[in-house]
This record gives sequence, C-alpha cells and structure tokens, in this order.
Amino acid sequence: MIQTFFNPEIIAASWPIVLSGLLNTILLSLIVVPLGLFGGLILALLAGVKTPWVRWPLMAWVDFFRAFPPLVLLVLLFAGLPFAGLELSGFACVAIAFFLNTGSYYGEILRAGIDSVPGGQVEAARSTGLSRLQAMLYVVLPQAVRNVMPDLLSNTLEVVKLTSLGSVVAVPELLYQARQAQSLTYNPTPIVVAAIIYFLLLWPLVRLLSRLENRALAGRR
Amino acid sequence: MSPAVSSWDRFLETFFNAKVMVKYWPDIAYGMLVTVELAVLVVISGLAAGLFLALIRSLAIRPLNWLIVFVVDLFRALPPLVIIVLIYFGFPSIDVTPSGFVSTWMSLALVLMAFSEEIFWAGITSVHKGQWEASRSTGLSFGQTLVNVVLPQALRLTIPPLTNRTIAITKGTALGSVVAVSEILGQASSAVSNSYNPSPLILGAAAYLVLFLPVVVLGRWVEKKWSWKR
Repeated sequence: MIQTFFNPEIIAASWPIVLSGLLNTILLSLIVVPLGLFGGLILALLAGVKTPWVRWPLMAWVDFFRAFPPLVLLVLLFAGLPFAGLELSGFACVAIAFFLNTGSYYGEILRAGIDSVPGGQVEAARSTGLSRLQAMLYVVLPQAVRNVMPDLLSNTLEVVKLTSLGSVVAVPELLYQARQAQSLTYNPTPIVVAAIIYFLLLWPLVRLLSRLENRALAGRR
Repeated sequence: MSPAVSSWDRFLETFFNAKVMVKYWPDIAYGMLVTVELAVLVVISGLAAGLFLALIRSLAIRPLNWLIVFVVDLFRALPPLVIIVLIYFGFPSIDVTPSGFVSTWMSLALVLMAFSEEIFWAGITSVHKGQWEASRSTGLSFGQTLVNVVLPQALRLTIPPLTNRTIAITKGTALGSVVAVSEILGQASSAVSNSYNPSPLILGAAAYLVLFLPVVVLGRWVEKKWSWKR
C-alpha cells in the first residue's frame, strides 16, 4: 500500500516537477484572484446604476456566467477560438475564463456587501462634500468589504481550488505536473503528494472559514 | 459590402453550422441525460451523507467528532478535480477500477457531503440550548428532540446557503469529461474533434444553460425568500 501510494523513491524523483507545479499554482492564483476581484468590483459598481438599461443586461450577464460551469467556458475558449483564427495559450484562456466566471461570483458578493451599508452613510458622506466616487471608495466599500468578508474568503478558496482546471488546457500547475509525473512513473504517488500539498496549502483557510461561517449563521437568531 | 457579409457567413458556418448541429444533437441530448443522472445522484447521496455526519456529530462523541471535522476539512480543501483524478487513476493500482462515472459521482458527493455537513451542523448548533432542555424535560428522547424540535428549526436556516452550494457543486459534473464520462462536455468535445467544427461545443454550452439557468434563477429566488431579515 505504501509502496503504491506513498513510494519514497518516486516522491524523491518527482519532487522537482511537483514543486514547479506548486509554484505555478501559487503564481496563477496570485493573478486570477485579483483579476476576478477586479471584474467583480466593476459589476458591483455598475449594479448601483438603477437604470433598467444597465440593470437587466447586468443581471443576465451575472446569471449567465454563474450558470456556466467554468470548465465548459474554459474548453469553449481553448477549443473554440482557434476556429475563429484566434489561438490563445492555455494560460490566457484560464485568465479570461476566470475573469468572467469568478468575476460574476465576486460581483454578487460585493453587490450584497454594498447593499448592506445603510443609505444614510452615502448621504452623510455626500453632504460633507465628497463626490459620489469618493463616497463609494472611502465610505461605502470599506464597510461593504468588511460585511461580506467570510463570503469573499470562501469564494477565494474556491478560486484557488479552481486553478486545478488549468491542467485540462495544459497549464503546468500542480495537478498537471503531478499527472505528468504519474504517467512517467506509472505510479499514483505524485497525485497523492499533490493532494497533500493542496490540503496543507488550503487547510488554514478552511479552518478560518469554518469558524467565521459558524459564527455568522449562529448569529442570525 | 460583400466581404463583410461573407465573413459573417463564414462565422455562422463555423460556429453555428446547422448540418453539424443536427448530426451531433443526439449525442449532446444523451450527454444531457448523463449530466442530469450524475447531478441527481450527487445531490441525493451528498446531502444525505452530510446530514448523517452532522447528526452523528450532535451526539458529541469526542474522537468521532475530530474524525468528522478532519474529513470535512479535507474535502473542503481539495479541488474536486484532484479527487476525481486520484480515484480514477489511483484506485486501479490496488485493483479497484472505478469507472469515470463512479469516480466523478464519488468525488462530487464527498465534496457536497463536506460542505453540507458544515452547513447542517451550523444550523443545529444555532438552535438555542433551552430548546433542547425544554423538550427533553417534557419527556421527549434525544432522537425525538432532534427530529421534531431541533431539525425543523435548523433546516430552515440552512436552506439558502445549502441551495447555493449544491448548485455550485452540481456544475462540477462537467469535470467528468476529464475522466471520459460521456456527459455534455465530453460528448461535445469528442464531436468537435470528429467534425473539425466547433458547433457541437456551442450546442453543449446551450445545453448547460438550458439545464442550469433555471436552477440559478431558482437559487436566487430561494435565497431571497428564505433569508433572514436583519
């Protein structure tokens, strides 16, 4: 059993490959999380515009990308765009897909956060002479982000986990590298190692979230 | 004038090729069936296992609870695709050969189990202690208290987060395409490589929208309807 799933020789041999995968996963996360947050912020700010011409297309946009499994979006970009003469790297496809998909989730969360800030705050800020943009940036957003912090963190956890989809379009992140090592060695050990790395990497965040969520749900009564 | 029209025509013929779509429609329809089948299995088994673990946890047996918390944390931290790959490519080494369908089902059910256990547990702990004491003092047993007093209150609280999480995990059925499950994405991808035309992928994308858009809208409604007013 240990020889099969936790073979020390294979761990030693595949370690450099797996490690490079880990670094790429971290790098990828550092790119796609801010990208998604940025997309979400745009959506959340646009949601403040009450004109139906903005409101309805926006809602359709968000629901559209929430209904779409991210992997389908990724494959659509990666396998579909070359037919339109647009050949993008796996990495670029991941970036675009995440911007659209996770941006929609972040957008929903931030919108809920902005809604949770009482209207009097904006009025007070405006009456002191701040512009609408200033009131949003300096008064509303900081409170909004604090109010939905657990949801933002939980979505970030999901985004980091989702970077494993990059393996499908040959982005050399942790899962992809582990699978390469597995097919070279005919042994599942590298995948087990990758799973352990994912767990160690994300466990602190899971613990933190579980505490925050328990408190949030219990606090509603 | 004419070049613009012809390039538009070429675009249509590439991405919305009627002939290709008609030819591969049965494949995609079959894929939809597999996706729905997989989704229903995942939702039922995942939620049942999650509720079961939450109930065991309420018995407050220390070592058992540590184990439950560890298992829940494990499946919350691991990406579903990693679990699928681990089961599909790892188990054959010990002479157990789960199909892609079973691997995907097991993985997603385990993930849903972990997330729903957390939510069910938070719901159960949110019911005030006095409720337990009051119903026990009227002569109800532990089990009766749990089923008739605590759970009805706990479940109501868990519905919005549970709905959203279930929808998100159900969309993971597309991951099955990585281990050769013939669900929508798998069917569409193989149709694309057979026909050298991306139209089946567009058809597959439309199939996902048909299945999941109503669910997402329903989720939005449920969230509004059951949410607690602050």
